[in-house]
Amino acid sequence: MTAESPLMATDNDRLLTGWGRTAPSRATVRSPSTYDEVAEAIQEAGPRGVLARGLGRSYGDAAQSGGATVFDMTGLHRFELDIDSGTVTADAGASIDEILRAIVPAGFFVPVTAGTRFVTVGGAIAADIHGKNHHVEGSFGSHVVSMLVVDGTGHELVLSPTDSTTKDMFWATVGGMGLTGVIVEATFRLLAIETSSMSVDTVRCHDLDDVMARMIEGDDDYRYSVAWIDSVAPSGRGVLTRGDHARREQLTRKQVDAPLAYATPALPSAPAFIPNGLLNSASVRAFNEAWFRKHPKSRSNEIHSIPGFFHPLDGVRDWNRVYGPQGFLQYQFVVPDEAGWIVERTLSRLRDAGAPSFLTVLKRFGPANPAPLSFPHAGWTLAADVPAGNEALAPILDELDELVAEAGGRLYFAKDSRQSPSMVARTYPRLAEWHSVRDQMDPRGVFTSDLGRRLSL
Amino acid sequence: MIDAVGEPQSVLVLGGSSEIALATVEALPRTRLRRVVLAGRPSAEIDRAAAHLGALGIPSVETTLFDAADTGSHGAFVDGVFDDGDVDIVLLCFGVLGDQAEAEADPTKAVEVATVNYTGAVSVGLNVAQRLRRQGHGKLVVLSSVAGDRARRSNYVYGSTKAGLDAFAQGLGDALVGSGASVLIVRPGMVRTRMSDGLPEAPMTTDPEVVGSAIVQALRKGKSVIYVPGPLRFLMTAVKAVPRPLFRRLPQ
Ligand SMILES: Cc1cc2nc3c(=O)[nH]c(=O)nc-3n(C[C@H](O)[C@H](O)[C@H](O)COP(=O)(O)OP(=O)(O)OC[C@H]3O[C@@H](n4cnc5c(N)ncnc54)[C@H](O)[C@@H]3O)c2cc1C
Ligand SMILES: NC(=O)c1ccc[n+]([C@@H]2O[C@H](COP(=O)([O-])OP(=O)(O)OC[C@H]3O[C@@H](n4cnc5c(N)ncnc54)[C@H](OP(=O)(O)O)[C@@H]3O)[C@@H](O)[C@H]2O)c1
Repeated sequence: MTAESPLMATDNDRLLTGWGRTAPSRATVRSPSTYDEVAEAIQEAGPRGVLARGLGRSYGDAAQSGGATVFDMTGLHRFELDIDSGTVTADAGASIDEILRAIVPAGFFVPVTAGTRFVTVGGAIAADIHGKNHHVEGSFGSHVVSMLVVDGTGHELVLSPTDSTTKDMFWATVGGMGLTGVIVEATFRLLAIETSSMSVDTVRCHDLDDVMARMIEGDDDYRYSVAWIDSVAPSGRGVLTRGDHARREQLTRKQVDAPLAYATPALPSAPAFIPNGLLNSASVRAFNEAWFRKHPKSRSNEIHSIPGFFHPLDGVRDWNRVYGPQGFLQYQFVVPDEAGWIVERTLSRLRDAGAPSFLTVLKRFGPANPAPLSFPHAGWTLAADVPAGNEALAPILDELDELVAEAGGRLYFAKDSRQSPSMVARTYPRLAEWHSVRDQMDPRGVFTSDLGRRLSL
Repeated sequence: MIDAVGEPQSVLVLGGSSEIALATVEALPRTRLRRVVLAGRPSAEIDRAAAHLGALGIPSVETTLFDAADTGSHGAFVDGVFDDGDVDIVLLCFGVLGDQAEAEADPTKAVEVATVNYTGAVSVGLNVAQRLRRQGHGKLVVLSSVAGDRARRSNYVYGSTKAGLDAFAQGLGDALVGSGASVLIVRPGMVRTRMSDGLPEAPMTTDPEVVGSAIVQALRKGKSVIYVPGPLRFLMTAVKAVPRPLFRRLPQ
């Protein structure tokens, strides 16, 4: 074979998927080590375009683009803490994990963290991620002071939410899923903390109504709140955990000696090969039962660690492999308060499909921010992991989409791997506004992703 | 893209009037399907196929000129289809059975069969493979046949073109590993379509709908070779083991 065969793989060819390990596509992966390299590669972009990728923690096809050049941004990961202003200025490829390890001992915390700390700053902005504090503090983009973005012509833009000439581009990039430009650097505000411990209240709730009633009643008293739901139990019972960063006086004498100590336990990884179907209703039922019982009926002011409270899944590396070779997806929607019944309906329809989920999480969102494609808006958000190989799933999810759309809700792009283009057009009413800013930032249509093509973004 | 739950958005059919192809498109999940291109020679059948698929609610069904024997046109033809958007599934379904006795009497007839079934498939198959690799995803489904597993006295010209096509498709599948694209080889036994009309039925003869749904299942599972019906795999293993002097004397 000669090197010229157009069918021959090149050294930089990679098959990329999201965290759900479904629908791979091949891309040419480049690891830029300077901002200029990003700009040059954009100027030289071929017909399949370019896309930035962080740590690939989006579940579906947001961080992949068949045939394109994909930038692995994780090689650009310097960052600097400015203690006086309480901000961090970071390369887009820096991870929340590495940032936490530096800032927690200095008395700071990130303004928003996802359920995993293995996300990059770029990925956090592009998906406008939310955390357990959304109901009080909003999503990640709301805490960004400024960012440096390379647009579709290869020019570096400084974008700020307070500058009238760049704020539209700023907000189009927040939640813009990498399709407006490559974020290379961002400055965001931090939260000052007295200790690296969390003070947590836990309640075991006997059914879904109980969970939801308590959240409506009490969430406002907490900075952080989330409920785990037993998706297999028809009652929809759950465990509600809420809390805040502990103050010094809440620590024991021993803990007070090193109030800001921060360690992340490294645990074993999941086995590399797991057959499809191992995760069935019976195994999930057993897991959920144990998980439910593990929690106290009700306990207040318990001291937890940051990883234990925010990132329990990060303790098992590559846990996404437990779903086997056909992979999995996460169905996450938000619906306004009055459509809270869709939460119950979703859980029961997923049970009908025999689609067991051991990660089912319910949360209340606060108001939306100005970003046209940002996912969160006020109401209920449910996220449920389900195996993709289940053939009953597709029509059931379409049926649930219909309810979500009808209720004025929407799905989260960072989790999506199967919604329809018409669902997006219906549920993101500011799509046209976003398009016009995107077209201005990327006149040649250089930024492409499988998600973008699939959903006609 | 074929999404996480296996729903395709676009399909190209080479041999747009093929009954097996039509049954396959019908068996595909349709909720995300927005574009079907039926490529073939102009005929009442291809128009009927397009109308039928349109009536199923597929938003865009086009017919476009494609002649397997006109290999010089294949490059531009394939580029034209792919330039209008990514193609998730390509069904390579054209083929002619030919008449064995006629081919023996007039070898130019044999050449016609070989040109369509083998040469034409190699030509369009490589053009498609380039574009699939370039887009980084997609499935090429190649309609081979059990006739290629073992040449028979009664139709060895056809059988040899399928043997060649099958070997080509296997190699192409290997070449595409890591490209995001893949090849599914389909080896049906006799199928009740225009092609086999009037011929005596062989064991395990089946219908195009059965082939269509077997193809859809195999795509979902990511298989690389299937027999339809499935048990033919075992029968063909036995058939291939029969010594030639004996095989010659078996009823053909
Ligand atoms: C276990 C787990 C828990 C999670 N919990 C939550 C949660 O609680 N809340 C939440 O909101 N999300 C959650 N997520 C989703 C995750 O936070 C987002 O998908 C996030 O975007 C992942 O960041 P990443 O760096 O891995 O980005 P990737 O997945 O690599 O990319 C995501 C998107 O960002 C774009 N992008 C990445 N870097 C850049 C850049 N430099 N410039 C421009 N665009 C860029 C990509 O093109 C893509 O569209 C969770 C995911 C997992 C696996
Ligand atoms: N039926 C069986 O028993 C059987 C068994 C095993 C494998 N197969 C294979 O399955 C595939 C589909 O066959 P089928 O059963 O669906 O038969 P079919 O309905 O006769 O389809 C054959 C198709 O090939 C097309 N074709 C023939 N010559 C062509 C050319 N030069 N250029 C472009 N298209 C051309 C025909 O188009 P026109 O309408 O223009 O002629 C028709 O669309 C074939 O490859 C066949 O060999 C069939």
